[in-house]
Amino acid sequence: MSSKKNKYLSPEQQKYQLIAQAREPQRPVLLNSIRAFVVGGLICVLGQFFQFIYTTYFNFTEVSASNPTVSSLVILAVLMTGLGLYDHLAQYAGGGTIVPVTGFANTMASSAIEHRSEGFVLGVGGNMFKIAGPVITYGVFSAFVVAIIRFIILELGGM
Amino acid sequence: MEKFILAFLVGGGICLIGQLLMDLLRLTPAHTTVSLVVAGAVLGGLGLYEPLIKFAGAGASVPISSFGNALVQGAITESERTGLIGILTGIFEVTSAGISAALIFSFMAALIFKPKG
Repeated sequence: MSSKKNKYLSPEQQKYQLIAQAREPQRPVLLNSIRAFVVGGLICVLGQFFQFIYTTYFNFTEVSASNPTVSSLVILAVLMTGLGLYDHLAQYAGGGTIVPVTGFANTMASSAIEHRSEGFVLGVGGNMFKIAGPVITYGVFSAFVVAIIRFIILELGGM
Repeated sequence: MEKFILAFLVGGGICLIGQLLMDLLRLTPAHTTVSLVVAGAVLGGLGLYEPLIKFAGAGASVPISSFGNALVQGAITESERTGLIGILTGIFEVTSAGISAALIFSFMAALIFKPKG
C-alpha cells in the first residue's frame, strides 16, 4: 500500500502488488454507506424501543435504562449469532452491524462458538475475547488516560 | 416519536462514519471499532458525549463509541468520590452490564450452538 512498505519488496513483488491493486474490485462506497446508515440506524431505533419500554413500564430513568437496553441488544445479538442469522445481516450491512454494541456481542459469541471444538477451557475460554479484546483493551486504556488527565487538571485548577 | 427519528439519524450517522473508515481509509473492522471507542472516550472526557446521549438517546448509547464514554464516566464519577484509586475501581462500573451479558451469554451460546458453515 504505502511506498515505505514497498522498499522491502523485490521488483517482482512490487510488480505483483501493482497488478493485484489494479485487479482489486472497486468498493461500492455509496451503496455500503447507505446500507450501513439504514441498518445501523434501525438497530439504534430498536435500542430506543427497548429504552422506551424500560423507562415506561419498569421505572428506569433515561440514564439508568441504557444498561438493560444494551443487555437486551447483546442477548438478541448472541442469539442471532448462534442461529447463524447475524452473519447474513453483517454481510449485507457492514459497518451498520459492526459499530453498534450488537457487533461487539457478535464477535464474542462467534469466536466462542467457533472454537468450541478446541475444548471449553482453551478453546471457548481462551478465544472468546480474540476479536473483542482490542475494543476492551483500547477502551480501558484510553479511558484511564482521559480520566487521569481530567483528574490532574481538576486537582491543579479546581482547588 | 421524535426520539426514534433522532436515534435513527444519529445512530445511523455513527455507523456511517464506521463504514467510511473501513471503505476509504481501508481500516479493518477491529481498527474501526477501536478508533470509535477511543473517540468516544476522548469525547466523554471533554464532556461532549453525555449531551449527545441526552439528545439522541439510544442513537448515541448503542454504538460502540458509547462504550468508551461509559468507561470514562465510570472512572470520573468514582474518582470524584474516592480520589485517585476511583479511576481503577470505577472504570468498569457503568459498562459492567454490557460486558458481563456479552460474556455470559456468549458462553451459553457456545454450550448450545454448533459452528455454522
